[in-house]
Amino acid sequence: MLKHESIETNAALLIVMTLAAISIGGLVEIVPLHFIEGTVEDVRITDGPNKGKQAVRPYTPLEQLGRDIYQREGCYTCHSQMIRPFRDEALRYGHYSLAAESQYDHPFQWGSMRRGPDLARVGGKYSSAWHTKHLTQPTSVVPESIMPNYPWLSETPLDVVGLADKMSTLKMVGVPYSHTKIEFDANVEKFGEDVAKKLDINMAEKNLEAQAKLGNFDGNPDKLSEMDALVAYLQILGTMIDFSKHDEAEFVKFR
Amino acid sequence: MSDHKHKITKDPLTGAETTGHVWDDDLQEFNNPLPTWWLWAFYATIIFSIVYWIIYPSWPTNFAKRGFIEGATSISFNADSIKDGKKTVAGGEEVTVPWNTRALLAHEMQNDPNELKRNAMVKKVAGMALADVAKDPDSSAFVRAYGKGIFGDYCAACHQAGGQGVRGHYPNLVDDAWLWGGETADIETTIRKGRKGNMPAHKASLSDQQITEAANYVLSLSGEAVDAGLAASGKEIFNTKGCSGCHTPAATGMKALGAANLTDKIWTQAHVPEAETVEAKVKAVKTVISNGIQREMPAWETRLSNDEIKVLVAYIKLLSSN
Repeated sequence: MLKHESIETNAALLIVMTLAAISIGGLVEIVPLHFIEGTVEDVRITDGPNKGKQAVRPYTPLEQLGRDIYQREGCYTCHSQMIRPFRDEALRYGHYSLAAESQYDHPFQWGSMRRGPDLARVGGKYSSAWHTKHLTQPTSVVPESIMPNYPWLSETPLDVVGLADKMSTLKMVGVPYSHTKIEFDANVEKFGEDVAKKLDINMAEKNLEAQAKLGNFDGNPDKLSEMDALVAYLQILGTMIDFSKHDEAEFVKFR
Repeated sequence: MSDHKHKITKDPLTGAETTGHVWDDDLQEFNNPLPTWWLWAFYATIIFSIVYWIIYPSWPTNFAKRGFIEGATSISFNADSIKDGKKTVAGGEEVTVPWNTRALLAHEMQNDPNELKRNAMVKKVAGMALADVAKDPDSSAFVRAYGKGIFGDYCAACHQAGGQGVRGHYPNLVDDAWLWGGETADIETTIRKGRKGNMPAHKASLSDQQITEAANYVLSLSGEAVDAGLAASGKEIFNTKGCSGCHTPAATGMKALGAANLTDKIWTQAHVPEAETVEAKVKAVKTVISNGIQREMPAWETRLSNDEIKVLVAYIKLLSSN
């Protein structure tokens, strides 16, 4: 029998056997990934003009800048964006988060700390006016809140410099914003034409202004503020998939 | 330093073998075997991991042809059925899948005794007339407890935990005034579809003097001691400049538009109760007339089931009847 002494006194053999031992851990985690069909759910729109297209789309320029502000202000340190598949979470927050819903997040905002509530499905839960009031001074609407005030969001003009570069960078890591006609057509095929237009980098600034004007998220139509972007982002969270049109069993397949 | 020569010797006192290493001329260590209990426990963990590996199952065997061992590592639940775009939860065929947390949740939502009890109570209360809910101690206790949970999650952020609202922003739900109607069906529609309240701003269409007069008239309707002359000319403006179109000529409001009753001494927008002088009260009403009101309540039908909305209505009714 191979005695330990013969391994421990032979450096080359020790290295080979150490590598063999630790690679087991890696193989157990990596190999199965090559044998499963997918971890990201394929969720399609079930009705309307975009029937059959992808339900989850990348963020519009305004939402993306709002997401940057979300990160800048460190919202993730207190708010998670990950509803877990537990009964109590389903009752409080709604349907559990799908991998598909954060596929265009770089980096994702799942988080693990909930000093405040989970925000994965906060979109549409409150009016934009509420969000503006709440972000400016949370205790004005939730007296027991421990959230800090963010009064500068309404006062600070939204910085759109470098917007196109930001989107191009995200495109490099796999977010399907379009630059060329071919990419645009691919987006039309994937998301439908109305959505594809919002993802066109060449139109980014125009789209951003149009969305802010139409949404009037901060209640001040004359000003394009950081509040506009952040509230636009919050209002889209968790709203892209209509769960009343999908069978639970279809999501279970991806586990 | 250790001596590199390996001379395994026997300790004369205990008879145990040494490792053969010698430090500082005479320092040696025993090469005792591992304790038997420890060694067997170690072997047991290896055997456990192999058994787990097969049963889990991460190794395809005849045990687990479909990826699980029936009953041991599988979980079953009813799929939803979707017909003509309408989803019936758990209305489909039973599916059996390898154990996972998503399937477990679906299974629990259909089988957990607490969940079944919750569902049964929600259904029961939803099917009852409001008067019967108040009479039945079980149902009213459920409405108070469960309704409070839903209200806290979805409503309290605006209407506040006690339902008292925020003047100027979110209506009070515990007084008797209802902008969009206080009947059960009205409240249900409000929750299900949401509401968009819109009163146009009048600072462009009316002069400051006209707005002052209208404000005096509105205050006089609630019995405030305002200037009678200003109030009289305000009435003229109220009836000719469009106010009466929504608030009605009697100023009692119109629930189809969410137009407030101006005669009930209840102020949901203007900060009249906080104002101490008549001038301050006039100023508070003027602010509302000048700037108008844009309010929005979100629709909840996508987040709450029809039955849950009915429980919520019962809770709000109980709140406001207290």
